[in-house]
Amino acid sequence: MKARVTVTLKSGILDPQGKAIEGALKSLGVDGVASVRQGKVFDIELAGADRAKAEAALKDAADKLLANTVIENYRVEVL
Amino acid sequence: MKSAILVFPGINRERDMARALKLISGQEPAMVWHAETSLPKGTDLVVVPGGFSYGDYLRCGAIAARAPIMDTVRDFARDGGLLLGVCNGFQILCEAGLLPGVLMRNARLKFICRDVHLRVERSDTPFTRGYNAGQVIRVPVAHGEGNYEADEETLKRLEGEGRVLYRYCSPEGAVDASANVNGAAHSIAGIVNERGNVLGMMPHPENHVEDIMGCTDGRGLFAGLAAHLEQAA
Repeated sequence: MKARVTVTLKSGILDPQGKAIEGALKSLGVDGVASVRQGKVFDIELAGADRAKAEAALKDAADKLLANTVIENYRVEVL
Repeated sequence: MKSAILVFPGINRERDMARALKLISGQEPAMVWHAETSLPKGTDLVVVPGGFSYGDYLRCGAIAARAPIMDTVRDFARDGGLLLGVCNGFQILCEAGLLPGVLMRNARLKFICRDVHLRVERSDTPFTRGYNAGQVIRVPVAHGEGNYEADEETLKRLEGEGRVLYRYCSPEGAVDASANVNGAAHSIAGIVNERGNVLGMMPHPENHVEDIMGCTDGRGLFAGLAAHLEQAA
């Protein structure tokens, strides 16, 4: 079973990397970019076929390690 | 003073720390590998040194914070043991939940490696008793992610409870935006936990302890710890 955990910065948290990327896109002439926020994607292979169990394990993984919930939100998807 | 220094893969300031502790306390610290699950008997100070544990993978300090030794360190701190985290060590303590907040990318995105000035906010703690309140000291920083951030409520608590012990300042002691080297909230360079036995700080006091380093302003921190522990013993 394949799954994806997406980690993004909470709104209101300053993202200097996103700002730098935003500036670079503008200087490259990419049109219509209003703002950029950088995040992380984890593609995870899970053993077993129980969806509910998989979601619980992914949430556990995100809470314990993948995200720092002080500044980040996460989304779990079983694909 | 019976100190222990934690060693993680990718840490590179542990020997500087060991040298400073030996120099000032006269006692050789124990080096404790991250995979261990116990500290040497009688340890009264644990230091998490600086460096780049696990290559800063995932988030600075995130993986080291989940190492086996950290459960033991958590118990040690819960029992009132003194715990000091410097630079990557500060990041590790935040990731481990032993200190609030997080160290973000420096506001101007650059890795900063130079001397900075710190204002010692109070002198009545084990981590600052070697200085006078309001004293300005000069110590180096070397980090890309030292921009301390926390939610408003946490910052209010830190300030209200006098838990900001070190702040970036000008050589004259003025705390303003131009002296705030990495953009940290409230110019925070070092904070303690609620109980006051866990300090995290970004600058490296261990690198200003001998004349050959050009400055000995960092000695006060270690001398204060040694005096505190001697008095407690």
